[in-house]
Amino acid sequence: MTEHDHILPTRVYYLIFGTLMLCTYLTVQAAFLDLGPFNTLVAMAIAVLKATLVILFFMHVKYSSRLTWAVVIGALFFLGILFALTMNDYLTRGWH
Amino acid sequence: MPSSTVLLPPHHYLNDGYGIKSWLLTRDHKRIALLYLAAITFFFVIGGLFAVMIRLELATPVGDLVSDETYNKLFTMHGIVMVFFFLIPSIPATLGNFLVPLMIGAKDLAFPKLNLASWYIYILGGLFTLYAMVTGGVDTGWTFYAPFSTVASTTAVIPTALGIFITGFSSILTGLNFIVTIHRMRAPGMTWFRMPLFLWSMYATSLIMVLGTPVLAITILLVAAERLFSFGFFNPALGGDPVLFQHLFWFYSHPAVYIMVLPAMGVVSEIVAAFCRKPVFGYNFVAFSSMAIAVLGFLVWGHHMFVAGESVYSALIFSVLSFLVAIPSAVKVFNWTATMYKGSISWQTPMLYALGFIGLFTIGGLTGLFLASVGLDVHVTDTYFVVAHFHYIMVGGAIMGYMGGLHYWWPKISGRLYNEYLARIAAVIIFVGFNLTFFPQFILGYLGMPRRYHAYPPEFQVLNVLSSAGASILGIGYLIPLLYLLWSLRYGKLAGSNPWGATGLEWTTTSPPPTENFHEVPIVTEGAYSYPSRVESQVA
Amino acid sequence: MPEAVHHSDALAHQFDSLEQQKEAATLGMWVFLVTEILFFGGLFLTYAVYRNWYPDAFEAGSHAMLIWAGTTNTAVLITSSLTMALAVHAAQTGRRGALMLFLVLTMILGTVFLGIKAFEYYTEFTEHHVPGAGFHLEGPEFYHAQLFFSLYFVMTGIHAAHMIIGLGIMAVMLWWSWKGVITKDYYNPIEVSGLYWHFVDIIWIFLFPLLYLIGRHAH
Repeated sequence: MTEHDHILPTRVYYLIFGTLMLCTYLTVQAAFLDLGPFNTLVAMAIAVLKATLVILFFMHVKYSSRLTWAVVIGALFFLGILFALTMNDYLTRGWH
Repeated sequence: MPSSTVLLPPHHYLNDGYGIKSWLLTRDHKRIALLYLAAITFFFVIGGLFAVMIRLELATPVGDLVSDETYNKLFTMHGIVMVFFFLIPSIPATLGNFLVPLMIGAKDLAFPKLNLASWYIYILGGLFTLYAMVTGGVDTGWTFYAPFSTVASTTAVIPTALGIFITGFSSILTGLNFIVTIHRMRAPGMTWFRMPLFLWSMYATSLIMVLGTPVLAITILLVAAERLFSFGFFNPALGGDPVLFQHLFWFYSHPAVYIMVLPAMGVVSEIVAAFCRKPVFGYNFVAFSSMAIAVLGFLVWGHHMFVAGESVYSALIFSVLSFLVAIPSAVKVFNWTATMYKGSISWQTPMLYALGFIGLFTIGGLTGLFLASVGLDVHVTDTYFVVAHFHYIMVGGAIMGYMGGLHYWWPKISGRLYNEYLARIAAVIIFVGFNLTFFPQFILGYLGMPRRYHAYPPEFQVLNVLSSAGASILGIGYLIPLLYLLWSLRYGKLAGSNPWGATGLEWTTTSPPPTENFHEVPIVTEGAYSYPSRVESQVA
Repeated sequence: MPEAVHHSDALAHQFDSLEQQKEAATLGMWVFLVTEILFFGGLFLTYAVYRNWYPDAFEAGSHAMLIWAGTTNTAVLITSSLTMALAVHAAQTGRRGALMLFLVLTMILGTVFLGIKAFEYYTEFTEHHVPGAGFHLEGPEFYHAQLFFSLYFVMTGIHAAHMIIGLGIMAVMLWWSWKGVITKDYYNPIEVSGLYWHFVDIIWIFLFPLLYLIGRHAH
């Protein structure tokens, strides 16, 4: 279970950087379009994409051990629990 | 039985450097464990003193010993000290710190300097809280519910909150250290499924510490921010929701109770195996049940909020999930019992505490199921039924596990044996005192006596007096081990490396161990409980 | 027993090899980042609850944000993540000069971020957008918009605190690089510091749309 001593070529970093900047531009542009209830979804989707790129490439998770993946996914899972079970309360308060 | 003369090893961790600097600047996990032992014992006494005051007051139905405000402070500070400064660190920071490297065959934890830092952080947090106590105390309950804690309370909420915030980092660092150590520093041949079950418990506990404590941290910061800047997150007058505080608070504080009890369960596994001279029945199930408790424990927090204003649907889901979390705990109780079946049982002090744990935790756990039923909870919530339930788990369970572990590994830690006769008497006194203190409280709660009240209807007095009498017996019970354990440090019989004849890497090295734990890196070739072991017990 | 293995200076006594030490340190930082995910998670949850309750107030609050400042800061942090990744690369390939350059660039960008943030705070202070007795916001939603601004200050404030700590870590890394502690074989401290830095960037990636871009079309 050793981590590969992976040295990513720098062009990968520049490519990811460019993608991240493009996504930032897109998310600002999308904010000024009236997409109704989808504005938030689009903004969050772009943010998730950006975060994923940072995690996979800048933080090398794509080339890391299964343990690292398990740690990242595990954290997100419990964060999801925090959100899901709390919002479950708030979103059902109005129900009768 | 072998009758060789036992000698202390010439070099061990206790004589490896003298003087206060060698202790306060140590990197040795075993010395750090003792630093923690001293500190948590201090806080246990403080928390115990608050309990004494509470039980004195409750001996009479009138609130006559202290004022309402003072009583609020007493139960608040009893809770805060006992939960955050005693129970949460207790087994992990003392027995865990001492044993995790020994049990996996390592020289130390992964990050010894972080380990020492965690102790200093704990002390700093403790100092903040002590400061709050002497400058007037806190009256919000250990649960700090908003908006009372954020708006109305006039007591030292912020210093206390800061103290707990700081101490939380101590917990996080301990958990982080254990996770990395267990993943990366096991001795050659020590696969996950050859680890002693205590390590599985410590690993599961560490997961909870790492995942849950940060949410408490942010909750405390929000409370402090709200108190200082009137932000309104939990204040209905400004559009906030007090129930949100409860969601955030209990997201940590429910798993926190598993931080308190899982390590004790790990201790019980070790003791039952050693004193029945049998492998723990269903090793895999017991190991996985620790992990299941850690995971499921994060899904149930809303059962503290059934009457607080969460939606009915939310309550139902939390209720079902709370029933689920009882299952892995039950698995453990069944497996310990099955271990004892046809085992060669010896009734020494650690085993007495382990048996006490099994019985009392079962009662506490079952009453938890009563509380998990929404319909029943509506009647007994915020009564002494709840108080009795959690004291059965925390005191009847966790503290008994702690005492058992302390006695089981005392020979390894100190190189000495304690007086077995006194120890058994103390264990029985504790058991009797505990039940006399807390069983009447189940009845009181069922009859309707509210918690956190110091005045009650006179018809409840008999049960309260029984409870207070029990508390005094319990207090004496805790005092006796303090005395004979200290006495044994100087005058106790030398223990030798394996007085119990138990399996486990910690018993293969000297008592006390050398600073580097093992003179040679151990190689593991068999499972954790390979009884009958090659070593016979030397203790009658 | 004689120690048959030659231990380099960088190897701590509790580890058997540099490889084990590196894996332990990296896992340690990831576990720490888990705590940070849950820590900020509580704040994002609070945001979600109140945005769900007061969508119009949150929109009004978001309109008062300086979108140029937020966008610039996002670009600044993304660039700093690039320079950080390039710093790790330089350390892995043993190029001390490049390593120090990229660390300095990362720190400069981090400082620019904090500078723009400070300017924003100053503006919010002078425009009475700080919650409390002096709070004022144009429009009908101003009462609950205080919750938006409370969250804004707490979330960006804690984020900024993490940035400052990050700058401190980078300063230490810079010093170690200068002293030659970091080599091709011992570059893990840079990698691990990078993980922290990227994490702080990721938090901002989420803060930006949530705080600055709500309902911007409705103008």
